[in-house]
Amino acid sequence: MSRFDWLSEFLARLDHDRPIPRQADADVLAPARRLDLAAEDWGAAGRIAAAMGLRHAGVWADPLGDRPSESPQESGSEIEGSAIRVQACLERDGDYLILQTLVLQTRPVLDSHTPLFPGVDRLERHARDLTGVRFHGHPDERRWTRHQAWSTDDFPLRTDFPIEGRSTRRTPADVDYPFARIQGSGVYEIPVGPVHAGIIEPGHFRFQAAGEDVLSLEERLGYVHRGIEKLAVGRDPQGLMRLAARVSGDSTVAYAWAAAQAMERAAGCAPPPRAMSLRALLAERERIANHLGDIGAICNDVGFAFAHVQCARLREQWQRRSAALFGHRLMMDTLLPGGVAHDLSETDFRELRLDHAALQKAIAPLFDIIDDHPSLDDRLIGTGILAQADARALGCTGYVGKASGLAFDVRRDSPYAPYDQVRVEVPEETAGDVAARVRVRMKEVRASLWMLDRLLDALPEGEIAAPFPSPQQGAMGLGLIEGWRGEILCVVRFAAEGRIARYFPRDPSWFTWPALERLIHGNIVPDFPVCNKSVNGSYAGVDL
Amino acid sequence: MFRILKQSFRTGVVTEAVPAHDDAELERLGIEVRRHIDARFGGSLAIRQVDAGSCNGCELEIHALNNPFYDVERFGIHFVASPRHADLLLVTGPVSRHMETALRRTWRATPSPKFVIAAGTCACDGGEIGVSYASCGALENVIPVDVKIPGCPPAPIDLLKGLLGAFQIDP
Repeated sequence: MSRFDWLSEFLARLDHDRPIPRQADADVLAPARRLDLAAEDWGAAGRIAAAMGLRHAGVWADPLGDRPSESPQESGSEIEGSAIRVQACLERDGDYLILQTLVLQTRPVLDSHTPLFPGVDRLERHARDLTGVRFHGHPDERRWTRHQAWSTDDFPLRTDFPIEGRSTRRTPADVDYPFARIQGSGVYEIPVGPVHAGIIEPGHFRFQAAGEDVLSLEERLGYVHRGIEKLAVGRDPQGLMRLAARVSGDSTVAYAWAAAQAMERAAGCAPPPRAMSLRALLAERERIANHLGDIGAICNDVGFAFAHVQCARLREQWQRRSAALFGHRLMMDTLLPGGVAHDLSETDFRELRLDHAALQKAIAPLFDIIDDHPSLDDRLIGTGILAQADARALGCTGYVGKASGLAFDVRRDSPYAPYDQVRVEVPEETAGDVAARVRVRMKEVRASLWMLDRLLDALPEGEIAAPFPSPQQGAMGLGLIEGWRGEILCVVRFAAEGRIARYFPRDPSWFTWPALERLIHGNIVPDFPVCNKSVNGSYAGVDL
Repeated sequence: MFRILKQSFRTGVVTEAVPAHDDAELERLGIEVRRHIDARFGGSLAIRQVDAGSCNGCELEIHALNNPFYDVERFGIHFVASPRHADLLLVTGPVSRHMETALRRTWRATPSPKFVIAAGTCACDGGEIGVSYASCGALENVIPVDVKIPGCPPAPIDLLKGLLGAFQIDP
């Protein structure tokens, strides 16, 4: 099977819809193809993508300000005045296609993709709240990322919006957000958050329940909106790396890697092979640390403290080793544009090998118990089932998708160095319940441990960083990294003098948060914590 | 059951098996914290953690305080589910504007005498995020702060040191 064998059919169907010459260019946003569309083709492209079974990997908008678009051959070359570029990402068989169009800032309307791809619902609302692009036919008119910090006619990502905002007054609570309500005898509502009972991020959950059964769950996020995208504007590459490392602290390596990859592709910079292997080493360590913590926490949520304590112990040892070898317990700020910050000595490598062997030995009896223990089986099997159809419709990746039969993994299906040199085992389960998500995570821990040793076996000699050249004005880059939660997508556009004009990171949680709303159906309220933990969506990663 | 017992037995008590210097420091800090907690709160300090806009990095390290290596509960420190049960608010993150009111309400709901600790660089001085249309920046821009524990994120041992600091000042 050759790469992009579906693209010609996609183009042919678009052509059938409205015959004008279109060409998907392969260079600008490699490894993705980029397809310029007229704004009126946006809806048709979505319909064709849905009919062909493509996965929608997100949509974002980029207000270009007063400057005309960089390349005169762009579809909207006749557009004058301020324009907003809207891009969307589609994927099939590991091949990515970026759709791109321009709309006028004074009349920014496009057809919504949400009716066919429910996973992009909140991404479209996020784009509307921050840039003003309106998606015609979107089934939900309510605000999403915006609460009360800026007004309904202000759009923070537009170039005329000052970063300090237009108001210094206290920001009131977003009390009048209209939640969907269920009426009926014995139906009641449970509001939870934004300040939760545990040590977790803030968000609001609104349950409609009857007795113990959850009738519906509605999430309201946006509480940790910190203006990441606006803060990125004007930063230099190092500055963006620091910011990217703090989009979602649990995924700091993956986010830093995605930002570095996007900037390196925009600048035409190739980090040395040793740097790529070291990045993978860091990323796999991050995956293992998070899975260990979460497997324990899931067990704890059903009262199995033994596994929680054991996993927390292993995680702590793992983090201490990360601190000793990479200078930081979460391995924050270990990546640079063009490479990595620290090399490892021979002694470090020996220590790493011992570390891997020790964890391998420690998880064997522990995972054996978690995998097969009556009191866990009783609570985890059949709880929080996400049907494969739902996972597919929403575009779930990572362990949520893998536990529902969608074995997609960027490392295997669209491999980036060094994963093109090492076998990536992608676990797959079909039950879609909490137990399946736990099993996928245990398998990923084992697979990553195996991979860590293979990476050490084949570690190339040489430099750990390449000089990072200043990218041209208008250069764009796409980063695609398999973080521990799933596929992280990141786009970067450069302004003059190597400054960032646009940074948008898309967390896999955009698609797994709505999955939580679906998989909770038919479960009881007390099982919500374990269902939530088994998905463990990022708040900071989607609030931005 | 046998598997669990075997695993627990073979693991032993790791709380006392931490590396020597860590162990000594932890014990010293812990015992000192314990003395202050005994004096002020009758042997028990209840903490309500509030994420006011953090990236979740600080939360991971605060979680680690409860792991068997640090096991803060042995010092009488425990995390509670409601600010109404709390003596101390442990707040992370720059305060996002969307969390501003929720944080003020949480602070008001905490009974006096109460302490506030700003945990992590963002809460201490705004960090990478600072003040913007979306963020109020440092925690002290929104509620009074007693102690600051910098670090991105602060390691569990630093958090414990900060807790100690909280009890050297007068409420």
